[in-house]
Amino acid sequence: MQSTALASTHIALGARMVDFAGWSMPVQYRPILDEARTVRGKAGLFDLGHMGRVKVHGRQAEAFLQRLQTNDVAAIPPGRIRYAMILDDQGLTQDDILVYRNPRNDGFFVVINAGNTARDLGIMREVAKGFDVVVEDCTASLGMIAIQGPLSQQITQRICAGDLASLKYYGWMDTTVCGVPMTLSRTGYTGEDGFEVYVPDGKEKSVWDAFMAAGAADGLTAIGLGARDTLRHEAGMPLYGHEIDETTNPLEAGLDWAVKFNHDFVGKQALEKVLAAGGTGRKLVGLTSESKRCPRQGYPVQKDGAKVGHVCSGSISPTLDTNIATAYVRGDCSAPGTRLEFVVRDKAEPCVVVPTPFYKRAR
Amino acid sequence: MRPNDRKYLKSHEWCKIENGIATIGITDYAVSHLSDLVFLDLPNKGASVTTGESFGEIESVKAVSSLYSPVSGEVVDANKELPDNLELLAQDPFGKAWMIKVKLTAESQDLLAAAAYDAHCQAEGG
Repeated sequence: MQSTALASTHIALGARMVDFAGWSMPVQYRPILDEARTVRGKAGLFDLGHMGRVKVHGRQAEAFLQRLQTNDVAAIPPGRIRYAMILDDQGLTQDDILVYRNPRNDGFFVVINAGNTARDLGIMREVAKGFDVVVEDCTASLGMIAIQGPLSQQITQRICAGDLASLKYYGWMDTTVCGVPMTLSRTGYTGEDGFEVYVPDGKEKSVWDAFMAAGAADGLTAIGLGARDTLRHEAGMPLYGHEIDETTNPLEAGLDWAVKFNHDFVGKQALEKVLAAGGTGRKLVGLTSESKRCPRQGYPVQKDGAKVGHVCSGSISPTLDTNIATAYVRGDCSAPGTRLEFVVRDKAEPCVVVPTPFYKRAR
Repeated sequence: MRPNDRKYLKSHEWCKIENGIATIGITDYAVSHLSDLVFLDLPNKGASVTTGESFGEIESVKAVSSLYSPVSGEVVDANKELPDNLELLAQDPFGKAWMIKVKLTAESQDLLAAAAYDAHCQAEGG
């Protein structure tokens, strides 16, 4: 199993470590619901060293990325970031990614899921054969730390040389944090304001400690992957292996906003066929349930006793104080307000289709 | 060492047998690894349970786990307080947080003594 440079830091903080996509990662330091509330109310610090990080440069870097993924890279200004997907030629989702255009416009940076890193690199190297481009796996040479929550800016500004107030959501910059040169983006996976920093190897511990010291008085604490999953779920952000995987396409997942048909990406023709056919007949929806039981991944979803879909993610929502879930359901059952049931141990529990995201922060 | 007046399954249930009645619960190890408990489903009085099969479910924020029966027999009592007071599981897993009492007809061949169960937990990682 792989571990990040911060593994011993987590253990010293009392974390419970689990195997996540081949990495030993902290799932929680404290009760998950408490950690989630800390991020909504104050700020939390996350080790994301397991995420895959890839630099893409060379004369045809942009053309390569246009072929590789669904969003329109040509429209990304320097220092800005876009969400996108890598598809196969059937239009099925191989990964969801973030594409960063370097602030100095001299290349790109791509962040990919830990569980898909090996496959993504394989796809990238295959697609790269047709282009003058260098695909450089930096997962081992860069650490990744996130601070998320409403107090993120005031905490980070104490140790960051760059002007954070001027950095837009999904923007990034070269700066220094506690004197260490690094890149910093205004991104995250919690539905809160916050930043992610890409830390030169060997500096992870000093940067982590600097954040902790800067935020101690504001209640900043370490947050594990358990709360991160709950937070992203509340915020309506998909997780690979749940809402999206190699059996789903981005249109039925409601991610059409990240697919731009003005360029020739892998899977485009398959998606155009889906569009021409009027969709796949199913849609990803949000559900809430007041039941004592929580809907969980894989549970059947029914309408009046007949199966119409299945649950992708389910969780207790500490912010909304109810059960929330995402599910693929038949198109005619996808309108908000539709009353459905989820099935737990042969028992049908009531739930209702609601708009997503379940939670949206006040801006 | 955990209490040696009872026996344990590797799946982290305990059972204490007195006068043909098995009292069943889950261990401190199970409770600490489940964490953030939110729901407990226990069988009613009169239900039958079978060695090695599920007699209920326990749900945490992140997952649902089956509870496996160390014995076969008929449920003669269930801890009605427990589902509404899940904190008892962390406070007193071997006492107040008992789950069911079973009039037993058979017990599992896989039951471990306390020392062997302790060793099993250590091997699982603490």
